[in-house]
Formats: sequence, C-alpha cells, structure tokens
Amino acid sequence: MNPLVRLVDVSKRYADATALHSTNLSIERGKTTVLIGPSGCGKSTLLRLIIGLIEPDFGSVEFNGESITPDTIGTLRRRIGYVIQEGGLFPHLTARANVLLMARHIGKSEHEMQTRLVELCELTRFSVNLLSRYPLELSGGQRQRVGLMRALMLAPELLLLDEPLGALDPLVRASLQKDLKEIFARLQQTVLFVTHDLAEASYFGDQIVLMNDGRIVQKGSVADLREKPADPFVSEFINAQRGVGLV
Amino acid sequence: MKVVRFILGRPERRAHRRRPNVLFLLFLILIGAVLPALAQPVVIGSKKFTESYVLGEIARLALNDAGIAAEHRQGMGGTIILWQALRGGQIDTYPEYTGTIAQEILKSAHQLSLDEIRDALGKFAVGMTGPLGFNNTYALVMRRSEAQRLGIRTISDLRKHPELKMGLTHEFLDRQDGWQPLRVRYALPQQNVIGIDHALGYAALANGSIDVKDAYSTDAKIEENDLVTLEDDLQFFPKYEAVFLFRLSMPPDAISALRQLEGTLDEKRMIRLNAEAERTKNYTLAANLYFKDAGRSASAAGESFPHKLARWTLRHLELAGFSLLLSVIVGIPLGILASHGGVIGQGILGFTSIVQTIPSLALLALLVPLPFFGISVRTAIAALFLYGLLPIVRNTVSGLQDIPRSLRESAIALGLSPFTRLWQINLPMASRSILSGIKTSAVINVGTATLAALIGAGGLGEPILSGLNLNDHATILQGAIPAALLALLVQWLFDVLDRVLIPKGLRL
Repeated sequence: MNPLVRLVDVSKRYADATALHSTNLSIERGKTTVLIGPSGCGKSTLLRLIIGLIEPDFGSVEFNGESITPDTIGTLRRRIGYVIQEGGLFPHLTARANVLLMARHIGKSEHEMQTRLVELCELTRFSVNLLSRYPLELSGGQRQRVGLMRALMLAPELLLLDEPLGALDPLVRASLQKDLKEIFARLQQTVLFVTHDLAEASYFGDQIVLMNDGRIVQKGSVADLREKPADPFVSEFINAQRGVGLV
Repeated sequence: MKVVRFILGRPERRAHRRRPNVLFLLFLILIGAVLPALAQPVVIGSKKFTESYVLGEIARLALNDAGIAAEHRQGMGGTIILWQALRGGQIDTYPEYTGTIAQEILKSAHQLSLDEIRDALGKFAVGMTGPLGFNNTYALVMRRSEAQRLGIRTISDLRKHPELKMGLTHEFLDRQDGWQPLRVRYALPQQNVIGIDHALGYAALANGSIDVKDAYSTDAKIEENDLVTLEDDLQFFPKYEAVFLFRLSMPPDAISALRQLEGTLDEKRMIRLNAEAERTKNYTLAANLYFKDAGRSASAAGESFPHKLARWTLRHLELAGFSLLLSVIVGIPLGILASHGGVIGQGILGFTSIVQTIPSLALLALLVPLPFFGISVRTAIAALFLYGLLPIVRNTVSGLQDIPRSLRESAIALGLSPFTRLWQINLPMASRSILSGIKTSAVINVGTATLAALIGAGGLGEPILSGLNLNDHATILQGAIPAALLALLVQWLFDVLDRVLIPKGLRL
C-alpha cells in the first residue's frame, strides 16, 4: 500500500537559517510515526509543512498521492487533525463549541454532530458534563482531551500531534499516554507525533525518526537507534536520556 | 455575529445567540438619537456677544409667535463665519449691522445707503430688513460727573482738554474707522493714550486711571457705570444700524415676521435689554422684555432650565453618539486591515495618530471652509469622528496582534475560512481590547463635543461658551457639570457593556 503522506526532496529556509534541508519521508497508513530530536531540529517545521501553515521552498508534499498546494490545502485540512500543546483551544468558546467548530462550519447536521460528540467523549474518556465548560475552567489534561476530540471530530485520515503532552505533569501525562495509545489502536489511526522525549517516542512509535539540525539522522525502532546508531549524534542523544527507565 | 449573518442572509445554526442582538439594539438606539436632528426649522444665527444673542432670541420668539418653528444657534463666531453660514444655508437669518455689511462683507471703501446695500446683497440671494431702530456704532464715553465738571458734551470739546488720559481697546486703536483717523479728523491733542482690554477699561474708567474710553453705543455698561456718550458732532463714525440679514429663499411668512421688528428698538431699549441679559444671564428673558415693552404677547416664555438642560444634553449625545458610531464602523475595519502590518498598516496608524495630534479647535477651523461642512452639525460630527478613530484602530490592531500565534494557527489548521476565522475566532478574542478602545473614544468624544458649540452645533458647550462670554461661572457649570457626569455615565455604561459583549470564556 502506498504511504498516506510523502515528502519528496522538501526543504525550507527562513531568512537567517535553513530549517529543513532536502528531506524525504513517508508516513505509513495505520502506523504511528514519531518525530524526535532536540529543539530547533526541524521536527515542528516538518509538521507545519504537512498541515500547510508554511510552504516548502523546494520539493513537494503529497497527501494520498495528491500534491498539497495552496489550492488544495483548504479541503485537505478537513482530512487532517492537528493537536498542539495545551490543546490550542479557543478560550471564548466552550469545550463543546471548540469541538464542533469545524463541523458547524461545513454544515453537518445537529444529529450527526451530537452522535459523534458522544462517541468522542467515550473514546477520550471525557465527561459529557464538562462539555459546557470554558477552557479556563478545565484542567490541562482535560483541555488536551478536548483538543484531541476537536482534531478527531471529522474522522481525519491523518492525525498530527505537536508535543501534545509537553505541558502536563507526569501522572496526567502517563494516563494520557496510555489512553492515546489505545485510541490510536482502536481507530487504526495514521499518526505523526512530535516529541523531544525518547521514552514517549518508544512508547508510541512504530517508526521513530530522529532529526538534528534540519536533517533526518536515522529512522527505525528504538532498538535500531540504540544498537545500530547511524552517527555519533544518535548515541549522544540516546545516552542523554538514559535516565528514563525505558531505555 | 448573528447580525451580520442575518444581514448577509446566511443561515446560522445555534451558536452565540444573545450577544449580537445587544449590539444591534445599540445600533438602533444610536440611529434613533440621530434622526431627529435631520428635520430642520428656520435656523437663526448670532454672533458671539450679548447684543447679538439677544437679537437672535427676539427673532426666534417673533417667528414662534407667527407659528413658525425656529431654532437659535447662539454665538457662532464672527462676521465672516455667520456670513458664510448664511450663504451656505446652514442658517437662514442673523442680526447684522449696516456698517459691518458695507465694510467687511461688501468691502466698500465708502459708506453705502441702505438701498445700495440691499441691491448688493441681492446678488448673493440675501435680503435685509429695514433698520430695527438703533445705531450701535463706536462712541467715546466718559464718567458723567467728570464730563459735567469739564463741560464736555461732544468729541470736539475734547480738544480743550489735552491732559485727559485715553484708554482704548486694541481693536479700536487699529481699525480703519478707529483712533488714528478720528484723532486726525477732530485734531485731538491727547498724548496719553494706552491700549486696554474692553472689560478692564470700564474698571479703569471707574477708578480714574483713565478718563475717556471707546465703547459700543448700546453697551449696557454705559448705563450701569453712569457714563455719558460724547456726541460725534463731525459724523466721523459710520452708521452701524442693526438689521436682520436673511436668505431670500426663506419662507415669506418668516420674512414678514422679521420685518415686523423694523423700527421697534431704539438705543435706550437696546441698552436696557443688553443690561437685562447681562444681569440675569438669560437671553430669552431679555428678549421677552422686548415683547412686553412692545405690548406684544410673548407666548414663548423663557425656556425653563430642565428643558434647556434636556435640549443641550440630547444634542450632546447626538453629537458624541453619532460620531462614535461612525468611528466604530470605520475604525474596526481599518484596525483589522492595519493588523496585517506592512505599508498599509503603518499608513493607517500614522494617519490616525496625526489626526489625533491636531488640536481640536484647529481641526474644527480646518473643516469649516470645506464645501460639504461649513458651520454645521456635520462639521462637529466629522471632527469628533476623526478624533474617535485612533483609540479604536489602535486597540483593534493590538487586540488582534496579541492573539497567541498557536491559536491563530490552530484556527487555520482546522480549515476555517478567513472570514470565519476573523468573525468567530479573532474578533471575539480581541473584543476586550476593542471595547476598551471604543470606551476611550466615547469618553474623549463626550468631552470634546463641548467644543461643537463654537460652530453653533449646540450641546453642553453652549452654556459653557455663553458663560465664558458673560464671565459667569454659574452658567459655565450648567454645561460643565452635566458634561462631566455624562462622561462618567458613559464610562459606567461601557463597564456594563463589557460584561455583555465580552465572551464569558474570556472573563474567567
């Protein structure tokens, strides 16, 4: 089966620095691909290229074999869910309004939306009673669950998560990690997950993509990275996180 | 949101039901407050001094007596402003003096007869009533006791007393028909001549610091201070007979009502009315005295204070409210445009900032000569509108730019259209900042609207201005206190509006 997303010789330069050198990457259907690397390594840039927040200088990004251009990105975004740290919820809208925002925008029926909402609450273990709360009235973990519901509302083919658990305390983080993994499995969801935490990467990742300085350094499992490092940076990165139990 | 969708005819599901209707209601209230200003009665103008105010009030009462709706815009300014307002149709009539018409309006070098003046004015489609009966020209005045002691009755008599000290207004010292030609004509020998303010001059005359000063022949102070007017035995001073100028297009019954005033006011009576106006600080009362003297009914009694206050306040709210509405309608879109930055953004912010630095008086003065504006409510509203722009534009820009990048990008990544992002995400999130900009504009407008009285647009500036003119603090406070209270009320109203208009999620 062809990959859902393909980056072909994609590069991106900002005024003062190259954010991404010419890069190729495929994201397989039904799998979780984790982008990992130190801050500024280009992992968020890569994610933002796929959702069309920025455009590549060279190369192309293909979604389902179709090139992503400014003309096509509008409808493609409905097939991609996007979750950022803290959920990216709009503070002036209730949890419910945040989740239903896009469905309303494209005119889904009230019945359809309600059914989906209940489904999502069950899936993300979010109490229906909390739907009428505003983001500021929710805890960090609850906000993140709402953000996830919003991203999944239109049953997207691809789910992008940009350090979604970064701002949470360890206990909440652990329980959300567990729930997320279950959800991905249940939905057989294609996921691209960005993190800088190796333990998290190995917990989620079918494929781990280690990046440094705007380049992909190595792809594979955690075991591959540890046992067959492609260059000294890989070992250095893994050793730096050795304190964390899993490694 | 619902309002715009409603206007655009787009169906909406059930989000955000309550808030927008309040906005819409506010809009209707503001429109409702402005509409009455559009129905126009006969408009009388007057210059910025007591006698002109009184004559304007007499005209208003006379027109009302004849069953014609009339409005008096008090103290609009000087000759040129009134003349332009008359020609431009912002006023229909105002009291003027023949000497002023000949010299300042028709620019004639020599004295003109009444018929010559009437012919010349006809070319401007302006008519003139016959003289009202008194001649308000320049005169020289002295203390009655001093004049009697020295046996001075005429200006020629001054030649025999070179030791007398002259205290003359600066204007009189400079005028074509002032001190220099007068001195030549009468060959006056006085060397001790100083320039002094008109009002201070009376005090100086009373305590003997000066012996002779210039005055208007109907000045109430002449009687009040027991002074005598020296006869102009060589007929040096031109005649300044009071008349009404009016637009020839004014309804005939209004013209004939003004004509009824011809020949009914001699100098003694005018002095008495002026004295009454200065004593009571009430021009309507003084005007009523004219009708009592003339044995005519004065059906329109002096306006009661609550009524006046209501009229001033209503007009004040019209001025501030309508201009604020315009500032909001124009300012928010400009702010949205400017929030994208770039040359356009810089340009918009630069322009609105520059407007703000122009002193309000200067802005009014700059707008008055423009064709569409002139002496009118329009000008006042335009000036207030321009002043109100900056706070709204600036706060819209900063409100939008302060939205965190992650949230702006979340809205994009969701796939919302630009219009929906603006309307449902960005504007609501910037609403606190935008509202506080509107509040600032509103408070500034309520304060600045007092200046509108300078160009006859009325409002609470009217009593402030006439109070300044009469040097009467009580009258000034009649305008100043309500204006201050109004500003506080506006502030409070917006605090309430904040609670209604700012989404609940932002107020937690």
